[in-house]
Amino acid sequence: MQNIWLLVSKPDNIPIVGLLFLVILYTWWGFHRGLKNDRQDLSEEARLSEKIQVWPHLVRVEFLATLFVMVILVFWSFLIDAPLEEAANPTLTPNPSKAPWYFLGLQEMLVYFDPWIAGVVLPTLIIVGLIAIPYIDVNEKGNGYYTYRERKWALWIYCLGFIVLWVSLIVLGTFWRGPGWYFFFPWENWDTHRVVALTNVDLSELFGIPTKNPDTSLNPVAFIFGAVVVLGYFSLGLIYWLRKKNSEILKKLGPVRYSVTAMLFLCMMSLPIKMVLRIALNVKYVWVTPWFNI
Amino acid sequence: MLKLRDKIQQSEIWKSIFRHNYQDTNRNRALQIVDNVFLHLHPVRIPRHATNIGFTWGMGGITFLLFLVLTITGVILMFYYRPAAEYAYDDMKYLMNDVAFGPLIRNMHRWAAHAMVITVMLHMFRVFLTGSYKPPRQFNWGVGVILLVLTLLLSFTGYLLPWDQLAIWAVTVGTNMARATPLLGHEGPFGPQLGMRIDNDVRFVLLGGTQVGPPTLLRFYVGHCIFLPLIAAVFMAVHFWRIRKDGGISGPTGKGRE
Repeated sequence: MQNIWLLVSKPDNIPIVGLLFLVILYTWWGFHRGLKNDRQDLSEEARLSEKIQVWPHLVRVEFLATLFVMVILVFWSFLIDAPLEEAANPTLTPNPSKAPWYFLGLQEMLVYFDPWIAGVVLPTLIIVGLIAIPYIDVNEKGNGYYTYRERKWALWIYCLGFIVLWVSLIVLGTFWRGPGWYFFFPWENWDTHRVVALTNVDLSELFGIPTKNPDTSLNPVAFIFGAVVVLGYFSLGLIYWLRKKNSEILKKLGPVRYSVTAMLFLCMMSLPIKMVLRIALNVKYVWVTPWFNI
Repeated sequence: MLKLRDKIQQSEIWKSIFRHNYQDTNRNRALQIVDNVFLHLHPVRIPRHATNIGFTWGMGGITFLLFLVLTITGVILMFYYRPAAEYAYDDMKYLMNDVAFGPLIRNMHRWAAHAMVITVMLHMFRVFLTGSYKPPRQFNWGVGVILLVLTLLLSFTGYLLPWDQLAIWAVTVGTNMARATPLLGHEGPFGPQLGMRIDNDVRFVLLGGTQVGPPTLLRFYVGHCIFLPLIAAVFMAVHFWRIRKDGGISGPTGKGRE
């Protein structure tokens, strides 16, 4: 029980507690306002659309917000000192070594994917995907006001990415990961000598196909099995297109927008899928090749 | 009360200080904004919902405020800090123990940096929830994503500067990923085939060495204090300018409801 307090009160972890609180609050508020707008003929924003002078109305709000933030920041800074540990020592690795808190989601992904995916490809896709959002979202409703009914899919997918795959992984990485990056409950003491048996297997091995031959060369059957699974997963987008191409939404998207959207969505979903495979079935790799492993 | 106000404003003392009166007219209110170099980023008139904290959450503005706080406290910290491995940690100790208000300035810098990462994410969340990235604001959303990345990079480069155990190992973990960059990292797919070694790949460029060391400190320092803030300032200018050009704060006009 001591441990949970140590974790929460660590100066660098206080922002995460704050983030968690604010994300819950604002998610509730955003959906609350959206649902309220959906029940009314005229949205709250449209009701408040008459023009007013920036001086004094907006400048006053900005001034008060500035005061509010500065008071919090100054008190925070008086009460809690920024951490300063021992001098840098390249020969003494702390266990666990954690990245800054806002990158802990990426560090957590390292458990499920090799570094080239978790550290390079997926972060790049996050940035590219975020920039692409306005160009692949063809729903022209819900522009400039809170709503749920008019943008259900967009909201659910964004919340999945932001709340489940970003914020909760940060929380997981901060409070549930201990020495050796092993899973510890927040109230559990960190046992630096914990030994965990390496029982991970490749997906093909669950089906009785060994990844390596007895002479440690790659088993071609396992290679083909992995390729079929991975390429099959990504062709789900094509299959869906062939089956639903006459639906209104896919016609509106068009083939280019659709393929970008499907690619990004499948890449995003690969993380929770791989998490389930790893945690539930101890799957290490789905596809082993001589050049890279997925 | 009003009588008293008039009496005070007509007294000789008042007139000697302020010379002429201020008429509370819409024209004067507009001039307050357009005649002020700092306030003229604003439009003169805005829809009422733009002042509603329940709509805006104020996170974009707070992010900008925190950026200003970080600039000012950062400049003050630069007076006490030398980005060389021999001095950096001792300068931190000096700052935390002997400089008047040193800890306050450093704490404000660090906590404002953490807070800024949070407010940027929440600003983005609000803009998504209100669909404010939709036409004509698609491009400005992209500028915002770049600003989010720059915020993370600024925070990450600053993390190294205290030159303590926390700093070098967090940065070691973070930059180790660069080893695995496809094609450009010595442990990434097809990296070795393209001649990538530990001493010539993209991580080497980032660190100025094969591990986090004194050249990394200098690199991150220059990036943190000069390069990244300049880039961020340019993108912020474009971001704010585009808000105005794209019709001000988003609201239910044109398409959709109304």
